[in-house]
Amino acid sequence: MLVYALRRLALAVPLLVGITFVSFVVLHLAPGSPVEIGGGDLDPSAKEAREALVKAFELDKPLHEQYGKWLLRLVRLDFGRSFAPDGRPVLDKIGERLPVTLVLNLIEMIIILSLAVPIGVLSATRQYSTFDTITTVFVFVGFATPDFWLALLLMILFGAQLGWLPISGLRSMNWEYLSFWQQQWDFLSHLILPIGVATFGGLAGFSRYMRQSMLEVVRQDYVQTARAKGLAERVVIGKHALRNAMLPIVTILGLSLPTLIGGSVIVEWIFAIPGMGQLMVQAAFERDYPVLMGNLVIVSTLTLVANLLADLAYSAVDPRIRVGARRRR
Amino acid sequence: MVACLAALAILAPRIAPWDPNRPDVKKILDPPSARHVLGTDQLGRDVLARMLYGSRVSLAVGFVSVGIATVIGLVLGAAAGYRGGLLDAAIMRLVDLMLVFPRFFLLLAVLAFLTPSIWTIMVVIGLTGWMGVARLVRAEFLALREREFVLWSQSIGASEFRIVWRHILPNAMAPVLVAMTLGIPAAILTESGLSFLGLGVQPPHATWGQILNEGKDAIELAWWLSVYPGLAILVTVLSYNLLGEGIRDALDPRLRQSGRRFVTRRA
Repeated sequence: MLVYALRRLALAVPLLVGITFVSFVVLHLAPGSPVEIGGGDLDPSAKEAREALVKAFELDKPLHEQYGKWLLRLVRLDFGRSFAPDGRPVLDKIGERLPVTLVLNLIEMIIILSLAVPIGVLSATRQYSTFDTITTVFVFVGFATPDFWLALLLMILFGAQLGWLPISGLRSMNWEYLSFWQQQWDFLSHLILPIGVATFGGLAGFSRYMRQSMLEVVRQDYVQTARAKGLAERVVIGKHALRNAMLPIVTILGLSLPTLIGGSVIVEWIFAIPGMGQLMVQAAFERDYPVLMGNLVIVSTLTLVANLLADLAYSAVDPRIRVGARRRR
Repeated sequence: MVACLAALAILAPRIAPWDPNRPDVKKILDPPSARHVLGTDQLGRDVLARMLYGSRVSLAVGFVSVGIATVIGLVLGAAAGYRGGLLDAAIMRLVDLMLVFPRFFLLLAVLAFLTPSIWTIMVVIGLTGWMGVARLVRAEFLALREREFVLWSQSIGASEFRIVWRHILPNAMAPVLVAMTLGIPAAILTESGLSFLGLGVQPPHATWGQILNEGKDAIELAWWLSVYPGLAILVTVLSYNLLGEGIRDALDPRLRQSGRRFVTRRA
């Protein structure tokens, strides 16, 4: 187990370097320059300011030198300062937003799993039943629904028409004047719509995958054996089949993590939630170099770590993986 | 369905009842009526006409970006699968690397510095979407290169290019075709998402995401600006997904169990 973990860890290191490299290259090879904002070409003072900027951020040095310096600073966790007027360190900016995105995605994942597993199991054990048909239709619609559109519709319905739920931010204006429990409810009610939207698409995918996985497992010999032993159907499905059907789900969960996090960009933007996604969109509009690079590096590193954890969890649950990995390499 | 949508897009200039970019101050935010079937927007432009033109952009972006992604994926996947060894390891690490980046974050970072046009959107979506195809093609090549007909052509001295192009590739195309069909709706969703954020195709080009973006500001006044374009995206994506499923089942029953669709789904 330890050997396997160490091997996975060793494989992750070059990926980490690769992440910094791609983040750097993507931003530096793009034709536009971060200091070319708007029509500043006509104004001589703008030109001077631009040259000062170029100097300050060492954008006139050769690329490999810039990359080297940037990398050295990254090792010391120095992501530089934002280009935005506030000029705050990038790490601070990201630090206050990261927990929001993490919590949102964590809640999403828990909801998705706790709904998708029973849905998948039920539609697999009752293949071609009415329930199965309904969920299949739901899955296809879920796949095809643009999340921002769903968000807009829900905002019209619950926010504008019915006025039941708040549609932006995480707290109401009068937050400070509310009692403790009212504050909690206020926070929760701000989360309902964004999380609802974000789970919708993922739920479709996972329940579909759970169904497939379950359909395969139910046909296995050991399930037949369990039935033949005279075990109750509940035990056969709930214990023998479910455990095995859950295995691929762990992998898929790891693989779909970038998708989930990427999805939070639009949701955070629409619902004005101060998370990483919103920061990313703002930075893109403002051409805020350091924030964009820092964001890319941190988000992808987190994904890498999460994938690693998923892999390790997987191998801890399923000894076949460890043995197989040793034999293959 | 798919054919109908394509026909609508191609015929857009002929069937559109109004000029999609002609503003009309007297008809700002008109609700759907007999004259403007789906209503008008903030500048008095006809929503139906704009949506018809928007479908051209969406479909074009879908096809071209998937084309780019498929070519990259085919070349890299084939090289990795056929040659194996160090090249294979290098390409697969590159795939792993690209898969670690949440696609939307990567797209935003790139688009921040490019002047957005239909072409940059196509290229950028294509460049961030080839990993799935590369993996598929590599897996097919790994399996096929050991088969008798390949060994046989190698033994009679056929050139490497010929073996790959004429013998292996045609046999590896089935899953690629499915991946392409399912990649188009994914690209359309991505494009509309980007346009919705205002970082995609720029006005005055009408795209579905663009109309939704503009409609967002008038959401309490004009529901038709928000409902119809989204519905158009939903129907388009749904029909391509169903087509992809259909092709999958028809070409190769073994693929029915695959859950790849989910992984490649969204940005």
